[in-house]
Amino acid sequence: MRFDSLLDSVGRTPLIGLPRLSPAADVRLWAKLEDRNPTGSVKDRAALAMIEAAERDGRLTSGCTILEPTSGNTGIALAMAARLKGYALICVMPENTSPERSQLLRMWGADIRYSAAAGGSNEAVRVAKALAAEHPEWVMLYQYGNPANAEAHYRGTGPELLADLPTITHFVAGLGTTGTLMGAGRYLREQVPGVQIVAAEPRYGELVYGLRNLDEGFVPELYDASVLTSRYSVGPRDAVRRMRELLEVEGIFAGISTGAILHAALGMAAKAVRAGERADIAFIVCDGGWKYLSTGAYEGTLDAAEDALDGQLWA
Amino acid sequence: MTVEVRIPTILRPYTQGEKTVTGAGDSLGALLADLDSRHAGLRERLVEGDQLRRFVNVYLNDEDVRFLDGLATAVADGDAVTILPAVAGG
Repeated sequence: MRFDSLLDSVGRTPLIGLPRLSPAADVRLWAKLEDRNPTGSVKDRAALAMIEAAERDGRLTSGCTILEPTSGNTGIALAMAARLKGYALICVMPENTSPERSQLLRMWGADIRYSAAAGGSNEAVRVAKALAAEHPEWVMLYQYGNPANAEAHYRGTGPELLADLPTITHFVAGLGTTGTLMGAGRYLREQVPGVQIVAAEPRYGELVYGLRNLDEGFVPELYDASVLTSRYSVGPRDAVRRMRELLEVEGIFAGISTGAILHAALGMAAKAVRAGERADIAFIVCDGGWKYLSTGAYEGTLDAAEDALDGQLWA
Repeated sequence: MTVEVRIPTILRPYTQGEKTVTGAGDSLGALLADLDSRHAGLRERLVEGDQLRRFVNVYLNDEDVRFLDGLATAVADGDAVTILPAVAGG
């Protein structure tokens, strides 16, 4: 496959069958390898779409500075695109993220402002909004409320899935900004009667939920619950166990959030088997495991991995 | 009949600092009313009118109850309920 530039190669990722993890001949699992994007994660789609939308609107012009709250992958994707397109990038990132994320952001030239660990991404969003108010000349793309984020999946991920798997019955993805599920979920619901749209939401350690009061809670502006058919909370133990299983059984080296998504996908598969129904369950591999090697999630006991991830933003 | 309920840090002032409490009831709504009889004020932080508050998520055995039957969701002996504030990802 030939492309005119790296940015032109975003998307059109492979969909890989998982013959060993699939529980039956007619209940099959399919992994969409979003780690094959240019910076190694699903976020390349949203980052590029948000930048291009802002360019079309005239909000983003040559020499502009982009500001974004991110726990990592969106920032890394924006940093690559910003460098190629001649923008500066400031990322507000929670301090409880893996060191590889900071290293990658700096490599692509981003400036990092750390937000406090307590409150996780909520706090990064709050800090970024305050910075945006102080610096109206900076352009905050704001992945949590930017329609171009979901649109990238409505136009890209969704149609790609249906083209590769016309018999799709379930789509399972992670719930962060909600962009992947809202965009691809809406597209699939329009095209496939009865399709199940399933969210796997990471359940972090207590530090991340350390808000001062419940009114500081956060629901992304993009989120529309009517797109989903179910939503599961998956803790680090199940996420790490499934991430290791994916590596051991099918050879796919994925990040920790993908383990959480696979956990929900396998739950759907087991349900289909019990109900005696056929199923083609596609799920998102958000990124590879490279950025998480230092967390200790890939070796040692599950207890040790769970302890190491406590308080970390692992998804 | 006993259901275990995990309480987030922010709501532990209502449970005398306990991380986990137990209650009874055949629905989530009844369970929260039962908890409120021993942990006064807890229910009001979670429920507004006949719905869960916007920034509160409640999971029955890891599944979000908004995609089950909300406060009418049936609960049974041995179930685990987790309450968490809504937080951002990404």
